[in-house]
Amino acid sequence: MDVNTKKLKKNAFRVTKERGLAASRVRVPGGRMDAKYLKDIQDIANEFGNGTVHLTIRQGFEIPGIPYEKMPEVNKRLQPIIEGLGINQEDPDTGYSSSGTRNIMACVGNTICPYACYDTTEFARKMEKTIFPNDLHVKVAFTGCHNDCCKVRMHDFGIIGMSMPEFDPNRCISCGACVKRCSRKSVGALEMVNYRPVRNEEKCLGCGECVLACPNMAWTRSTKKLYKLTLLGRTGKKNPRLGVDWIKWVDEESILKIVANVYAFAKEYIDPTAPGGKEHIGYIVDRTGVPEFLKYILKDVELNPEAEVTSPLYWSGIKYGSTEP
Amino acid sequence: MGYKLNEREFNQLLGELSEKYLIYAPKVFVGKGRFSDTDCIRYDKVKNVEDMELSLKSQYSFKEVLNPVSETLFYFTEDSVKEADMPRNKGAIIFLRSCDLHAVERMDEMYLNNGPKDYYYKRLRDNIHFVLIGCSKAFDSCFCVDMGTNKSDNYDIGLNVREDGYELDVKWDEAKDILGKMAKENSLKEEDVTVDFVKETTTRVSIPKNLSYDVSKSKIWEEYAGRCINCGRCNFVCPTCTCFTMQDVYYDANGKVGERRRVWASCMVDGYTDVAGGGSYRKNNGERMRFKTLHKALDYRNRTGYNMCVGCGRCDDICPEYISFSNILNKLDTAMKEVSANG
Repeated sequence: MDVNTKKLKKNAFRVTKERGLAASRVRVPGGRMDAKYLKDIQDIANEFGNGTVHLTIRQGFEIPGIPYEKMPEVNKRLQPIIEGLGINQEDPDTGYSSSGTRNIMACVGNTICPYACYDTTEFARKMEKTIFPNDLHVKVAFTGCHNDCCKVRMHDFGIIGMSMPEFDPNRCISCGACVKRCSRKSVGALEMVNYRPVRNEEKCLGCGECVLACPNMAWTRSTKKLYKLTLLGRTGKKNPRLGVDWIKWVDEESILKIVANVYAFAKEYIDPTAPGGKEHIGYIVDRTGVPEFLKYILKDVELNPEAEVTSPLYWSGIKYGSTEP
Repeated sequence: MGYKLNEREFNQLLGELSEKYLIYAPKVFVGKGRFSDTDCIRYDKVKNVEDMELSLKSQYSFKEVLNPVSETLFYFTEDSVKEADMPRNKGAIIFLRSCDLHAVERMDEMYLNNGPKDYYYKRLRDNIHFVLIGCSKAFDSCFCVDMGTNKSDNYDIGLNVREDGYELDVKWDEAKDILGKMAKENSLKEEDVTVDFVKETTTRVSIPKNLSYDVSKSKIWEEYAGRCINCGRCNFVCPTCTCFTMQDVYYDANGKVGERRRVWASCMVDGYTDVAGGGSYRKNNGERMRFKTLHKALDYRNRTGYNMCVGCGRCDDICPEYISFSNILNKLDTAMKEVSANG
């Protein structure tokens, strides 16, 4: 059997431990799709695979047990899913064009969850359109609020939904529900002064709990959508760590530009000898230093006036004493 | 006197009336709902019919126009006091539905006929005109028919919103004059208009005739000790809740300048039954639910001869814990049987 494993990996197949068998990796950007595609996945698993499907940690389906020679046929059968989920593709019927940049994940977001501050899937799909297809190893995830159900702090770029609270004193009935809720469920950014809540802007996370708690709509959310962008979280064998808060109250346009800019940085500084031509962005930054990285990703970005940038940035995490940086 | 107006004509009428009156109607506050990307429908000053939401039920009632959430009564410093200016300097026109027009009667009863007239309520209540929004069909949670509030005739203008325009039944001379003038100037014609009212609702409510305070001993209230979160939303959206509390606020570090204001209060929210010396009467949410229910469906009726609740169903719609007030009312019959059996 003669199979180009380098090529099939980029085509979103996995070389599995079973000789002769690949696994097809189906991505669902933003984690939501029409239920009808489940039937397509079921059919591929039954006709070409071993009849099982693995639900991946990155909101995809991995269909194992596919003979390598069946990959072109499987790619054809994937076409309705690829098209239906709006995935950028170079040539139709040839499957996924790349696999380096990972599926963009999203929590259920505000189409379902009362806590979420925005439609996470919709934003994830916009990001998909902006950065795919791409061979470089980049991880982006979207979560609706500071509960971070999507674990975005384990990604290179984590987007956390925020709600800028707006207060109308004329609707406040001094019940104190917001103050109580903020201190019990969030960061305690509210205190009662003269029968009315006062917000500590520095402390406030923009989690929206005050709006949820207010019984009389004295607290509402600003209509402008703003987010928190976290930076360079990672898992893996070297120095796993959580991403840190970088920009608070940043807008959608800036986020899309910043993430798109990361590819120029990676191309410039990636270790040419990196195994499999792949290197986590965070490890590249460990070599270049943070300021050089920020210079690249902020290129041509004009931050919105509300944006608050944290500087300098520090990460902690687990160190295993590797000799490499 | 009836007319059928198109949008432009209706706006012309509103435009002329707004020279002397502020117009209040339900309005969609986009993105201002409790959850992100949801809206809130509540009352606000409007200029024209495009600003109004006339097809959906407002989440909060009209009552905030007559009884502001927070109203400064006077300002004080040392030995001088200044009465707060009237929150609005004109009369007002309020667009509301039949249940709410019946609620006005309850508010008047509370503030004007219950002992000395309330000065601050009266100054906002004077020079008010009502536009009754006809209901061609009840919303899911409405139970006006069973509360006897589905029909009203004490309106200034009755309004049916039709796909092709606005049908008006006008009883108010000022509006009649404007429409008479408009009729001369263009093709406006008089026609008979009867305001729509609902004759049936899907939510039905029956309050037992023999309801008495004995029902306090029923076990039905215990359920709400666990389910209710005492947020007070049911009170704040209710067009017949009129409770308020007083706040004295000092602006200055020297404590010599400040204001006294009155602010809505809720019998469901902590603090309502707190008394001097640290006592608090109804700590348990089940007890609070009992108090509210019996006030709306018994206590007030004993004094006035009619129920306080008008069956608008807003409390059912807003409750984050899905507690249905109409369902509580319907449980009262079994509860009465339970307490009678227990002697």
